Amino acid sequence: MNTPANLRYSASHEWVRVEADGTLTVGVTDHAQEALGDVVFLELPEAGRVVAKEEAIAVIESVKAASDIYAPVAGEILETNQAAVDAPESVNADAYAAWLFKIKPANAADVDGLLDAAGYEAAIG
Amino acid sequence: MAQQTPLYTSHIAAGARMVDFAGWDMPVNYGSQIEEHHAVRRDAGMFDVSHMLALDLEGADAKAFLRGLIANDVAKLTEPGKALYSCMLNEQGGVIDDLIVYFLSDTSYRIVVNAGTADKDVAWMQQRLAATGTQATLAVRRDLAMIAVQGPNARAKTWAALPGTEAASAGLKVFQAAEFGDIFIARTGYTGEDGFELTLPVGKAVTTWDALVAAGVKPCGLGARDTLRLEAGMALYGNDMDDTVSPLDAGLAWTVDFKDESRDFVGKAALVTKGTGKQTLGLILEDKGVLRSHQKVITARGEGETTSGTFSPTLEKSIALARLPLGVAAGDAVEVEIRGKHLKARVVKAPFARNGKALA
Repeated sequence: MNTPANLRYSASHEWVRVEADGTLTVGVTDHAQEALGDVVFLELPEAGRVVAKEEAIAVIESVKAASDIYAPVAGEILETNQAAVDAPESVNADAYAAWLFKIKPANAADVDGLLDAAGYEAAIG
Repeated sequence: MAQQTPLYTSHIAAGARMVDFAGWDMPVNYGSQIEEHHAVRRDAGMFDVSHMLALDLEGADAKAFLRGLIANDVAKLTEPGKALYSCMLNEQGGVIDDLIVYFLSDTSYRIVVNAGTADKDVAWMQQRLAATGTQATLAVRRDLAMIAVQGPNARAKTWAALPGTEAASAGLKVFQAAEFGDIFIARTGYTGEDGFELTLPVGKAVTTWDALVAAGVKPCGLGARDTLRLEAGMALYGNDMDDTVSPLDAGLAWTVDFKDESRDFVGKAALVTKGTGKQTLGLILEDKGVLRSHQKVITARGEGETTSGTFSPTLEKSIALARLPLGVAAGDAVEVEIRGKHLKARVVKAPFARNGKALA
Protein backbone atom coordinates (compact mmCIF):
# COMPACT_ATOMS: atom_id res chain seq x y z
CA MET A 1 0.00 0.00 0.00
CA ASN A 2 1.29 3.44 -0.93
CA THR A 3 0.61 5.85 1.96
CA PRO A 4 3.27 8.58 2.14
CA ALA A 5 4.23 9.46 5.71
CA ASN A 6 4.47 13.21 4.99
CA LEU A 7 0.73 13.53 4.24
CA ARG A 8 -2.41 13.60 6.37
CA TYR A 9 -5.55 11.64 5.52
CA SER A 10 -9.30 11.55 6.00
CA ALA A 11 -11.26 8.37 6.60
CA SER A 12 -13.14 9.17 3.37
CA HIS A 13 -9.90 8.60 1.36
CA GLU A 14 -8.63 12.12 0.71
CA TRP A 15 -4.95 12.92 1.20
CA VAL A 16 -3.95 16.35 2.49
CA ARG A 17 -0.59 18.07 2.16
CA VAL A 18 0.05 21.02 4.48
CA GLU A 19 1.93 23.68 2.52
CA ALA A 20 4.43 26.15 4.00
CA ASP A 21 1.84 28.95 3.86
CA GLY A 22 -0.73 26.88 5.78
CA THR A 23 -2.93 26.12 2.77
CA LEU A 24 -3.86 22.52 2.08
CA THR A 25 -3.48 20.56 -1.16
CA VAL A 26 -6.00 17.71 -1.47
CA GLY A 27 -6.34 14.62 -3.64
CA VAL A 28 -7.63 11.06 -3.34
CA THR A 29 -5.46 8.27 -1.95
CA ASP A 30 -3.77 5.50 -3.88
CA HIS A 31 -6.05 3.06 -2.06
CA ALA A 32 -9.08 5.02 -3.32
CA GLN A 33 -7.93 5.14 -6.95
CA GLU A 34 -7.26 1.41 -6.87
CA ALA A 35 -10.72 0.68 -5.49
CA LEU A 36 -12.37 3.00 -8.03
CA GLY A 37 -10.59 1.59 -11.06
CA ASP A 38 -10.03 3.60 -14.25
CA VAL A 39 -10.95 7.24 -13.52
CA VAL A 40 -12.71 8.93 -16.47
CA PHE A 41 -14.28 12.12 -15.09
CA LEU A 42 -13.71 14.71 -12.37
CA GLU A 43 -16.09 17.45 -11.29
CA LEU A 44 -14.29 19.92 -9.02
CA PRO A 45 -15.60 22.87 -6.97
CA GLU A 46 -15.36 26.50 -8.10
CA ALA A 47 -12.53 28.58 -6.66
CA GLY A 48 -13.86 30.88 -3.96
CA ARG A 49 -16.47 28.44 -2.69
CA VAL A 50 -16.69 28.23 1.09
CA VAL A 51 -17.10 24.65 2.22
CA ALA A 52 -17.91 22.84 5.45
CA LYS A 53 -15.89 19.96 6.89
CA GLU A 54 -17.01 16.63 5.34
CA GLU A 55 -19.19 18.41 2.78
CA ALA A 56 -19.39 16.57 -0.56
CA ILE A 57 -17.73 19.11 -2.88
CA ALA A 58 -16.39 17.11 -5.82
CA VAL A 59 -17.21 13.99 -7.80
CA ILE A 60 -14.85 11.39 -9.17
CA GLU A 61 -16.22 8.94 -11.71
CA SER A 62 -14.52 5.74 -12.77
CA VAL A 63 -15.77 3.41 -15.47
CA LYS A 64 -17.45 1.52 -12.63
CA ALA A 65 -19.12 4.18 -10.48
CA ALA A 66 -19.40 7.76 -9.25
CA SER A 67 -18.02 8.69 -5.81
CA ASP A 68 -18.12 11.88 -3.79
CA ILE A 69 -15.00 13.67 -2.60
CA TYR A 70 -15.34 15.47 0.74
CA ALA A 71 -13.79 18.59 2.15
CA PRO A 72 -11.29 17.36 4.78
CA VAL A 73 -11.69 20.62 6.76
CA ALA A 74 -13.87 23.72 6.64
CA GLY A 75 -12.45 26.53 4.52
CA GLU A 76 -12.33 28.25 1.17
CA ILE A 77 -11.43 26.64 -2.16
CA LEU A 78 -8.46 28.51 -3.62
CA GLU A 79 -7.73 26.64 -6.82
CA THR A 80 -8.52 23.42 -8.68
CA ASN A 81 -6.29 21.27 -10.89
CA GLN A 82 -7.45 21.69 -14.48
CA ALA A 83 -4.72 19.30 -15.67
CA ALA A 84 -6.35 16.49 -13.67
CA VAL A 85 -9.79 17.40 -15.08
CA ASP A 86 -8.34 17.23 -18.60
CA ALA A 87 -6.58 13.91 -17.92
CA PRO A 88 -8.58 12.04 -15.26
CA GLU A 89 -6.42 8.93 -15.77
CA SER A 90 -3.57 10.85 -14.09
CA VAL A 91 -5.27 9.98 -10.77
CA ASN A 92 -4.64 6.29 -11.50
CA ALA A 93 -1.10 6.94 -12.70
CA ASP A 94 -0.06 8.75 -9.49
CA ALA A 95 -2.76 9.65 -7.00
CA TYR A 96 -0.38 11.81 -4.96
CA ALA A 97 0.84 13.85 -7.95
CA ALA A 98 -2.69 14.41 -9.30
CA TRP A 99 -3.90 16.90 -6.71
CA LEU A 100 -7.53 18.01 -7.10
CA PHE A 101 -7.99 21.24 -5.17
CA LYS A 102 -6.30 23.62 -2.73
CA ILE A 103 -8.16 24.84 0.32
CA LYS A 104 -7.47 27.57 2.87
CA PRO A 105 -8.59 26.12 6.22
CA ALA A 106 -10.93 28.25 8.32
CA ASN A 107 -8.96 27.15 11.34
CA ALA A 108 -5.35 25.96 11.00
CA ALA A 109 -5.73 23.65 14.00
CA ASP A 110 -8.39 21.60 12.17
CA VAL A 111 -5.56 19.80 10.36
CA ASP A 112 -4.66 18.15 13.65
CA GLY A 113 -7.96 16.28 13.52
CA LEU A 114 -6.91 14.41 10.36
CA LEU A 115 -5.31 10.94 10.35
CA ASP A 116 -1.62 10.32 9.89
CA ALA A 117 -0.38 7.60 7.51
CA ALA A 118 -0.46 4.88 10.18
CA GLY A 119 -3.94 5.95 11.27
CA TYR A 120 -5.24 5.85 7.68
CA GLU A 121 -3.74 2.44 7.01
CA ALA A 122 -5.35 1.15 10.19
CA ALA A 123 -8.69 2.68 9.15
CA ILE A 124 -8.74 0.91 5.79
CA GLY A 125 -7.51 -2.35 7.29
CA MET B 1 -20.67 -16.68 1.98
CA ALA B 2 -20.47 -16.04 -1.75
CA GLN B 3 -20.08 -18.99 -4.11
CA GLN B 4 -16.81 -19.53 -5.95
CA THR B 5 -16.29 -20.75 -9.50
CA PRO B 6 -13.68 -23.45 -10.30
CA LEU B 7 -11.37 -20.61 -11.43
CA TYR B 8 -11.50 -18.65 -8.15
CA THR B 9 -7.92 -19.56 -7.18
CA SER B 10 -6.65 -18.58 -10.64
CA HIS B 11 -8.30 -15.15 -10.31
CA ILE B 12 -6.75 -14.53 -6.89
CA ALA B 13 -3.32 -15.65 -8.14
CA ALA B 14 -3.66 -13.22 -11.09
CA GLY B 15 -4.31 -10.32 -8.69
CA ALA B 16 -7.99 -9.88 -9.52
CA ARG B 17 -10.13 -7.42 -7.61
CA MET B 18 -13.07 -9.58 -6.54
CA VAL B 19 -16.67 -8.43 -6.05
CA ASP B 20 -19.94 -10.07 -5.16
CA PHE B 21 -22.04 -10.58 -8.28
CA ALA B 22 -25.41 -12.33 -7.89
CA GLY B 23 -24.06 -14.26 -4.90
CA TRP B 24 -20.81 -15.23 -6.63
CA ASP B 25 -17.31 -14.00 -5.80
CA MET B 26 -16.21 -12.81 -9.26
CA PRO B 27 -13.29 -10.81 -10.73
CA VAL B 28 -14.32 -7.25 -11.66
CA ASN B 29 -10.87 -6.53 -13.12
CA TYR B 30 -7.26 -7.73 -12.96
CA GLY B 31 -5.83 -4.17 -13.08
CA SER B 32 -7.15 -1.78 -15.72
CA GLN B 33 -10.70 -2.41 -16.88
CA ILE B 34 -10.11 -0.18 -19.91
CA GLU B 35 -7.06 -2.22 -21.00
CA GLU B 36 -9.12 -5.40 -20.67
CA HIS B 37 -11.87 -3.82 -22.75
CA HIS B 38 -9.40 -2.86 -25.51
CA ALA B 39 -7.84 -6.36 -25.45
CA VAL B 40 -11.22 -7.79 -26.44
CA ARG B 41 -11.92 -5.18 -29.13
CA ARG B 42 -8.41 -5.42 -30.59
CA ASP B 43 -7.02 -8.90 -29.82
CA ALA B 44 -8.37 -11.57 -27.45
CA GLY B 45 -9.64 -11.59 -23.89
CA MET B 46 -11.47 -14.13 -21.76
CA PHE B 47 -14.05 -14.13 -19.03
CA ASP B 48 -14.88 -16.71 -16.40
CA VAL B 49 -18.65 -17.02 -16.78
CA SER B 50 -18.99 -20.21 -14.76
CA HIS B 51 -21.51 -18.46 -12.52
CA MET B 52 -23.98 -18.74 -15.40
CA LEU B 53 -25.96 -21.98 -15.45
CA ALA B 54 -26.23 -24.60 -18.20
CA LEU B 55 -29.38 -26.71 -18.28
CA ASP B 56 -30.02 -29.75 -20.46
CA LEU B 57 -33.58 -30.44 -21.54
CA GLU B 58 -34.16 -33.89 -22.97
CA GLY B 59 -37.25 -35.85 -23.93
CA ALA B 60 -39.84 -36.49 -26.61
CA ASP B 61 -41.72 -33.24 -25.87
CA ALA B 62 -38.67 -30.98 -25.48
CA LYS B 63 -39.32 -28.96 -28.62
CA ALA B 64 -43.04 -28.43 -27.99
CA PHE B 65 -42.28 -27.44 -24.39
CA LEU B 66 -39.75 -24.79 -25.40
CA ARG B 67 -42.09 -23.41 -28.07
CA GLY B 68 -44.54 -22.68 -25.26
CA LEU B 69 -41.96 -21.58 -22.69
CA ILE B 70 -40.02 -18.83 -24.47
CA ALA B 71 -40.92 -15.88 -26.69
CA ASN B 72 -38.60 -16.73 -29.58
CA ASP B 73 -39.47 -19.86 -31.58
CA VAL B 74 -37.11 -22.86 -31.36
CA ALA B 75 -38.87 -24.33 -34.42
CA LYS B 76 -36.58 -22.15 -36.54
CA LEU B 77 -33.60 -24.15 -35.23
CA THR B 78 -32.92 -27.07 -37.57
CA GLU B 79 -29.13 -27.28 -37.85
CA PRO B 80 -27.40 -29.15 -35.01
CA GLY B 81 -25.71 -26.77 -32.59
CA LYS B 82 -27.64 -23.72 -33.81
CA ALA B 83 -28.34 -21.19 -31.05
CA LEU B 84 -31.24 -18.84 -30.38
CA TYR B 85 -31.43 -15.85 -28.03
CA SER B 86 -34.78 -15.42 -26.31
CA CYS B 87 -36.63 -13.98 -23.38
CA MET B 88 -38.60 -16.24 -21.06
CA LEU B 89 -41.72 -14.33 -20.03
CA ASN B 90 -44.22 -14.46 -17.20
CA GLU B 91 -47.99 -14.36 -17.85
CA GLN B 92 -47.90 -10.54 -17.62
CA GLY B 93 -45.37 -10.37 -20.45
CA GLY B 94 -42.49 -9.36 -18.12
CA VAL B 95 -39.07 -10.92 -18.57
CA ILE B 96 -38.22 -13.73 -16.13
CA ASP B 97 -34.81 -14.06 -17.79
CA ASP B 98 -33.04 -13.80 -21.12
CA LEU B 99 -31.26 -16.96 -22.23
CA ILE B 100 -29.58 -18.80 -25.06
CA VAL B 101 -30.93 -22.16 -26.22
CA TYR B 102 -28.87 -24.53 -28.36
CA PHE B 103 -30.59 -27.07 -30.61
CA LEU B 104 -28.92 -30.46 -30.43
CA SER B 105 -31.92 -32.45 -31.75
CA ASP B 106 -35.71 -32.22 -31.55
CA THR B 107 -35.46 -34.08 -28.25
CA SER B 108 -32.34 -32.43 -26.83
CA TYR B 109 -31.56 -28.77 -26.07
CA ARG B 110 -28.99 -26.95 -23.95
CA ILE B 111 -30.11 -23.74 -22.27
CA VAL B 112 -27.80 -21.17 -20.65
CA VAL B 113 -29.33 -18.76 -18.12
CA ASN B 114 -28.10 -15.87 -15.97
CA ALA B 115 -26.55 -16.49 -12.55
CA GLY B 116 -28.78 -14.13 -10.62
CA THR B 117 -31.97 -15.68 -11.96
CA ALA B 118 -30.84 -19.33 -12.14
CA ASP B 119 -32.83 -20.58 -9.15
CA LYS B 120 -36.06 -18.86 -10.16
CA ASP B 121 -35.60 -19.99 -13.78
CA VAL B 122 -35.20 -23.64 -12.79
CA ALA B 123 -38.18 -23.47 -10.42
CA TRP B 124 -40.34 -21.89 -13.17
CA MET B 125 -39.27 -24.45 -15.78
CA GLN B 126 -39.89 -27.37 -13.41
CA GLN B 127 -43.30 -25.96 -12.57
CA ARG B 128 -44.15 -25.60 -16.28
CA LEU B 129 -42.90 -29.12 -17.04
CA ALA B 130 -45.23 -30.51 -14.36
CA ALA B 131 -48.20 -28.28 -15.23
CA THR B 132 -48.03 -29.16 -18.93
CA GLY B 133 -47.45 -32.89 -18.42
CA THR B 134 -44.35 -32.65 -20.59
CA GLN B 135 -42.32 -35.76 -21.40
CA ALA B 136 -38.91 -34.21 -20.81
CA THR B 137 -36.40 -33.86 -18.01
CA LEU B 138 -34.34 -30.83 -17.05
CA ALA B 139 -30.79 -31.47 -15.81
CA VAL B 140 -28.97 -28.73 -13.86
CA ARG B 141 -25.32 -28.78 -14.98
CA ARG B 142 -23.37 -27.24 -12.09
CA ASP B 143 -20.70 -29.82 -13.04
CA LEU B 144 -19.77 -27.55 -15.94
CA ALA B 145 -17.58 -24.43 -16.10
CA MET B 146 -17.83 -21.74 -18.78
CA ILE B 147 -15.11 -19.57 -20.32
CA ALA B 148 -15.92 -16.90 -22.91
CA VAL B 149 -12.96 -16.18 -25.24
CA GLN B 150 -13.71 -13.01 -27.21
CA GLY B 151 -12.02 -10.73 -29.71
CA PRO B 152 -10.83 -10.68 -33.32
CA ASN B 153 -8.04 -13.16 -32.50
CA ALA B 154 -10.07 -15.22 -30.01
CA ARG B 155 -10.78 -18.16 -32.27
CA ALA B 156 -7.19 -18.48 -33.54
CA LYS B 157 -5.80 -18.27 -29.99
CA THR B 158 -8.31 -20.84 -28.76
CA TRP B 159 -7.23 -23.20 -31.52
CA ALA B 160 -3.57 -22.65 -30.61
CA ALA B 161 -4.28 -23.28 -26.92
CA LEU B 162 -6.49 -26.33 -27.27
CA PRO B 163 -5.20 -28.84 -29.84
CA GLY B 164 -7.93 -30.46 -31.92
CA THR B 165 -10.48 -27.70 -31.44
CA GLU B 166 -9.78 -26.07 -34.81
CA ALA B 167 -11.02 -29.03 -36.83
CA ALA B 168 -14.10 -29.25 -34.62
CA SER B 169 -15.02 -25.55 -34.69
CA ALA B 170 -13.53 -23.83 -37.76
CA GLY B 171 -16.70 -24.45 -39.75
CA LEU B 172 -19.06 -23.02 -37.14
CA LYS B 173 -21.27 -20.14 -38.20
CA VAL B 174 -21.98 -17.30 -35.80
CA PHE B 175 -24.46 -18.51 -33.15
CA GLN B 176 -23.66 -22.17 -33.70
CA ALA B 177 -21.99 -24.73 -31.43
CA ALA B 178 -20.23 -28.08 -31.76
CA GLU B 179 -19.08 -30.69 -29.29
CA PHE B 180 -15.40 -31.60 -29.12
CA GLY B 181 -15.09 -34.50 -26.70
CA ASP B 182 -16.43 -33.08 -23.44
CA ILE B 183 -15.97 -29.43 -24.50
CA PHE B 184 -18.99 -27.62 -25.93
CA ILE B 185 -17.68 -24.91 -28.28
CA ALA B 186 -20.17 -22.16 -29.19
CA ARG B 187 -19.44 -19.25 -31.53
CA THR B 188 -21.37 -16.88 -29.30
CA GLY B 189 -20.61 -14.12 -26.85
CA TYR B 190 -21.68 -10.96 -25.08
CA THR B 191 -19.14 -8.43 -26.35
CA GLY B 192 -19.94 -7.64 -29.98
CA GLU B 193 -16.78 -9.44 -31.05
CA ASP B 194 -16.18 -12.83 -32.64
CA GLY B 195 -15.11 -15.67 -30.38
CA PHE B 196 -16.19 -18.73 -28.48
CA GLU B 197 -18.01 -19.59 -25.31
CA LEU B 198 -16.52 -22.85 -24.04
CA THR B 199 -18.54 -25.07 -21.70
CA LEU B 200 -16.44 -27.80 -20.15
CA PRO B 201 -16.19 -30.08 -17.11
CA VAL B 202 -15.28 -28.25 -13.89
CA GLY B 203 -12.13 -30.41 -13.64
CA LYS B 204 -10.80 -29.00 -16.91
CA ALA B 205 -11.42 -25.33 -16.13
CA VAL B 206 -8.01 -24.45 -14.67
CA THR B 207 -5.90 -26.28 -17.28
CA THR B 208 -7.98 -24.74 -20.09
CA TRP B 209 -7.71 -21.23 -18.59
CA ASP B 210 -3.93 -21.64 -18.17
CA ALA B 211 -3.54 -22.86 -21.76
CA LEU B 212 -5.48 -19.83 -23.01
CA VAL B 213 -3.30 -17.48 -20.92
CA ALA B 214 -0.21 -19.15 -22.43
CA ALA B 215 -1.66 -18.56 -25.92
CA GLY B 216 -1.90 -14.82 -25.19
CA VAL B 217 -5.54 -14.48 -24.17
CA LYS B 218 -5.91 -11.73 -21.55
CA PRO B 219 -8.05 -12.47 -18.47
CA CYS B 220 -10.83 -9.87 -18.26
CA GLY B 221 -13.26 -9.11 -15.46
CA LEU B 222 -16.94 -8.38 -15.25
CA GLY B 223 -16.21 -4.63 -15.49
CA ALA B 224 -14.95 -4.94 -19.07
CA ARG B 225 -17.72 -7.42 -19.83
CA ASP B 226 -20.25 -4.73 -18.94
CA THR B 227 -18.67 -1.94 -21.02
CA LEU B 228 -18.26 -4.31 -23.98
CA ARG B 229 -21.86 -5.53 -23.92
CA LEU B 230 -23.18 -2.00 -23.53
CA GLU B 231 -21.14 -0.76 -26.51
CA ALA B 232 -22.55 -3.75 -28.42
CA GLY B 233 -26.06 -2.61 -27.46
CA MET B 234 -26.81 -5.84 -25.62
CA ALA B 235 -29.32 -5.85 -22.78
CA LEU B 236 -28.36 -6.80 -19.22
CA TYR B 237 -31.00 -8.59 -17.19
CA GLY B 238 -31.89 -6.66 -14.04
CA ASN B 239 -30.80 -3.34 -15.61
CA ASP B 240 -32.40 -3.10 -19.03
CA MET B 241 -35.30 -5.45 -18.35
CA ASP B 242 -36.80 -7.49 -15.54
CA ASP B 243 -40.05 -9.21 -14.47
CA THR B 244 -41.96 -5.95 -14.86
CA VAL B 245 -40.67 -4.92 -18.31
CA SER B 246 -41.99 -6.19 -21.65
CA PRO B 247 -39.39 -7.24 -24.23
CA LEU B 248 -41.26 -4.99 -26.69
CA ASP B 249 -40.41 -1.95 -24.53
CA ALA B 250 -36.86 -3.15 -23.83
CA GLY B 251 -35.66 -3.10 -27.44
CA LEU B 252 -36.01 -6.87 -27.69
CA ALA B 253 -38.98 -7.07 -30.07
CA TRP B 254 -36.68 -8.80 -32.58
CA THR B 255 -36.49 -11.76 -30.20
CA VAL B 256 -40.27 -12.18 -29.93
CA ASP B 257 -41.60 -14.41 -32.72
CA PHE B 258 -45.30 -13.98 -33.57
CA LYS B 259 -44.98 -15.54 -37.07
CA ASP B 260 -46.61 -18.89 -36.30
CA GLU B 261 -50.06 -17.70 -35.22
CA SER B 262 -50.95 -21.15 -33.96
CA ARG B 263 -48.09 -21.06 -31.44
CA ASP B 264 -48.94 -19.94 -27.93
CA PHE B 265 -46.22 -19.02 -25.43
CA VAL B 266 -46.30 -17.72 -21.89
CA GLY B 267 -46.81 -13.96 -21.96
CA LYS B 268 -48.02 -13.81 -25.57
CA ALA B 269 -51.56 -12.71 -24.72
CA ALA B 270 -50.24 -9.93 -22.49
CA LEU B 271 -47.85 -8.67 -25.17
CA VAL B 272 -50.62 -8.63 -27.77
CA THR B 273 -52.97 -6.76 -25.41
CA LYS B 274 -50.44 -4.18 -24.18
CA GLY B 275 -48.53 -3.67 -27.42
CA THR B 276 -45.47 -1.45 -27.36
CA GLY B 277 -45.57 1.36 -24.78
CA LYS B 278 -41.97 2.61 -24.88
CA GLN B 279 -38.81 2.09 -26.86
CA THR B 280 -35.21 1.47 -25.95
CA LEU B 281 -32.56 3.49 -27.78
CA GLY B 282 -28.96 4.50 -27.26
CA LEU B 283 -27.69 7.83 -25.87
CA ILE B 284 -24.32 9.48 -26.33
CA LEU B 285 -23.51 12.20 -23.80
CA GLU B 286 -22.26 15.34 -25.52
CA ASP B 287 -21.41 17.25 -22.34
CA LYS B 288 -18.75 15.97 -19.93
CA GLY B 289 -19.80 13.39 -17.36
CA VAL B 290 -20.80 9.76 -17.11
CA LEU B 291 -24.26 8.33 -17.73
CA ARG B 292 -25.44 5.71 -15.23
CA SER B 293 -28.64 3.71 -14.87
CA HIS B 294 -31.84 5.36 -13.59
CA GLN B 295 -31.08 8.90 -14.71
CA LYS B 296 -33.96 11.00 -15.96
CA VAL B 297 -34.01 11.75 -19.71
CA ILE B 298 -35.92 14.82 -20.88
CA THR B 299 -37.17 14.62 -24.46
CA ALA B 300 -39.59 16.64 -26.61
CA ARG B 301 -42.05 13.74 -26.22
CA GLY B 302 -41.85 13.50 -22.43
CA GLU B 303 -39.55 11.90 -19.88
CA GLY B 304 -37.62 8.67 -20.13
CA GLU B 305 -34.97 6.91 -18.08
CA THR B 306 -31.51 5.42 -18.65
CA THR B 307 -31.41 1.69 -17.95
CA SER B 308 -27.63 1.16 -18.28
CA GLY B 309 -24.89 3.74 -18.62
CA THR B 310 -21.13 3.82 -18.60
CA PHE B 311 -18.01 5.36 -20.08
CA SER B 312 -17.31 3.79 -23.48
CA PRO B 313 -13.58 3.09 -23.88
CA THR B 314 -14.00 2.69 -27.66
CA LEU B 315 -15.87 5.98 -28.20
CA GLU B 316 -14.12 7.74 -25.29
CA LYS B 317 -17.53 9.20 -24.45
CA SER B 318 -20.28 8.22 -22.09
CA ILE B 319 -23.07 6.05 -23.50
CA ALA B 320 -26.33 4.60 -22.23
CA LEU B 321 -29.34 2.56 -23.13
CA ALA B 322 -32.52 4.44 -22.28
CA ARG B 323 -36.23 3.67 -22.19
CA LEU B 324 -37.83 6.58 -24.05
CA PRO B 325 -41.29 7.70 -25.12
CA LEU B 326 -42.48 6.53 -28.53
CA GLY B 327 -41.81 9.13 -31.20
CA VAL B 328 -38.28 9.95 -30.05
CA ALA B 329 -35.90 9.05 -32.87
CA ALA B 330 -32.18 8.61 -33.55
CA GLY B 331 -30.62 12.03 -34.06
CA ASP B 332 -32.86 13.78 -31.52
CA ALA B 333 -31.25 16.05 -28.95
CA VAL B 334 -32.27 15.25 -25.36
CA GLU B 335 -31.12 16.17 -21.86
CA VAL B 336 -30.09 13.87 -19.04
CA GLU B 337 -30.36 14.95 -15.41
CA ILE B 338 -27.17 14.18 -13.49
CA ARG B 339 -26.81 15.49 -9.92
CA GLY B 340 -29.39 18.19 -10.60
CA LYS B 341 -27.79 19.43 -13.83
CA HIS B 342 -29.23 18.97 -17.30
CA LEU B 343 -26.56 17.64 -19.67
CA LYS B 344 -26.88 17.39 -23.46
CA ALA B 345 -27.13 13.97 -25.10
CA ARG B 346 -27.90 12.65 -28.56
CA VAL B 347 -30.20 9.73 -29.33
CA VAL B 348 -28.60 7.00 -31.44
CA LYS B 349 -29.40 3.51 -32.57
CA ALA B 350 -27.42 0.88 -30.64
CA PRO B 351 -24.97 -0.81 -31.08
CA PHE B 352 -22.33 1.82 -30.36
CA ALA B 353 -19.41 -0.43 -31.35
CA ARG B 354 -18.88 -3.89 -32.74
CA ASN B 355 -16.07 -5.87 -34.32
CA GLY B 356 -13.44 -3.41 -33.17
CA LYS B 357 -15.11 -0.33 -34.61
CA ALA B 358 -17.10 2.59 -33.27
CA LEU B 359 -20.45 2.73 -35.06
CA ALA B 360 -22.33 5.57 -33.36
